[in-house]
Amino acid sequence: MDSFVYGRAAEIGEALADGIATNTVFLAGGTELLNWLRLGIAKPARVIDLMQLKGLADIVRLPGGGLRIGTLARLNDVALNDDVVRDYPVLSEAILKSASAQLRNLATIGGNPLQKTRCGYFRAEETLPCNKRKPGSGCSALNGINDKHAIFGWSEACVATQPSDPATALAVLDAIYVTAHRDGGRRIKAVDLHTLPGDTPHIENTLRHGELIVGVELAAAARHSAYLKLRERESYEYAIVSAAVALDLEGDRISRTRIALGSVAHKPWRLAQAERLLVGISASDSAVIRKALDASFGDAKPLMHNAYKITLAKNAAERAIRLAARASS
Amino acid sequence: MELRSHLTVVLRVNGLVHQVPVDARTTLLDLLREHLELTGTKKGCNFGECGACTVHLNGRRVNGCLLLAASADGAEVTTIEGVAANGKLHPVQQAFIDHDAFQCGFCTPGQVMSAVALIREGHARSKVQIREWMSGNLCRCSSYSQIVSAVEAAATHAKED
Repeated sequence: MDSFVYGRAAEIGEALADGIATNTVFLAGGTELLNWLRLGIAKPARVIDLMQLKGLADIVRLPGGGLRIGTLARLNDVALNDDVVRDYPVLSEAILKSASAQLRNLATIGGNPLQKTRCGYFRAEETLPCNKRKPGSGCSALNGINDKHAIFGWSEACVATQPSDPATALAVLDAIYVTAHRDGGRRIKAVDLHTLPGDTPHIENTLRHGELIVGVELAAAARHSAYLKLRERESYEYAIVSAAVALDLEGDRISRTRIALGSVAHKPWRLAQAERLLVGISASDSAVIRKALDASFGDAKPLMHNAYKITLAKNAAERAIRLAARASS
Repeated sequence: MELRSHLTVVLRVNGLVHQVPVDARTTLLDLLREHLELTGTKKGCNFGECGACTVHLNGRRVNGCLLLAASADGAEVTTIEGVAANGKLHPVQQAFIDHDAFQCGFCTPGQVMSAVALIREGHARSKVQIREWMSGNLCRCSSYSQIVSAVEAAATHAKED
């Protein structure tokens, strides 16, 4: 690990003022950053610790419905919060299926969506060709071991996926990432936080240098929601495919569907076409649901070793719809 | 903001206050092992994957390898050296012996720290729940079924107290 200087921000203005300096990173839970430092994925000169900032870990109800989760809220505290459990089961489930109990006591809701891909070439201890690690060096996964890689939205430059379970749940909930920056903050729709790789896979999200997620806002309750995570072992493992679903139901009939898939693309992947086709359909009409899902996979493109993920993702979405229809407390 | 490559961390470990000068890169795990010579906490993967470095930070279990020592300034830390009281093993330690819940023992300090916290959290209501909430602690000797039995027994013991 290269040497760096460390400081603790006492207030947010201080973090933003100093965070704008080149080669400076913010530190929250640290569960990703420390590994990037060890692997040389990040080589910052300055590390600004945010965890002393006051008031950024609270979970509060918004007037008029909805919830605001402070960026420094630890994942376990979000997943086990009574309002989250009752009103946003998809988020609670997604978090509890992430990482381990110890990691979730450190990791934060604002930091987790900014994790990097688990692509083995990207994380290799020996440097391998990877356009994320070293732009222009090539993509080892494109014609390599790519059974876990993307089926949507990839480019010749990068076939990596974004693995965050919470980010997938937040995408299905149409959450808003509220940010702060020395030059002014923004409200970023969850589906717009991450970018597709294109020719610049080293750019992973739309945050500007020095911009900080300060909170996550959730709109009206989504009690008919669920998260299904498929993986090689039942706990403490990344998804091969995950599916987040939120339904609005009138009786058995779907009045609105939202579906997001995780670990299939460089960002949480909403199935917009299926969402439109499912309006007015009975939640138990599996033939129609299947057909709608098929329509949303028209632009899926398998790599050499991951065609199975297309079948798996469709099945996961179908099952998650059934789980969401049954969910409610 | 004061930015430093070296700083002094003040923290309470197993009830004793320490002032430790460290390089900013030092993790809590390395502070415990290298500076305080508390080598009960193990360094397995050093990537947050194995759980051998599990300690309690302000009462909550965390991976010691994923936390800068600087970030633990002012914190209360409990390690495996601090769970026995008055020369008597903690009930979780005793249960691990009674259930033969280890072979080589390298992961055991992390397993015990995780189990102590898990019982306190109320996540020991069934074997299934214990397996899920202990999944952050790997055991390469694969003593899992004995570990789950030990945690279950210790949880029952804790309830009876």
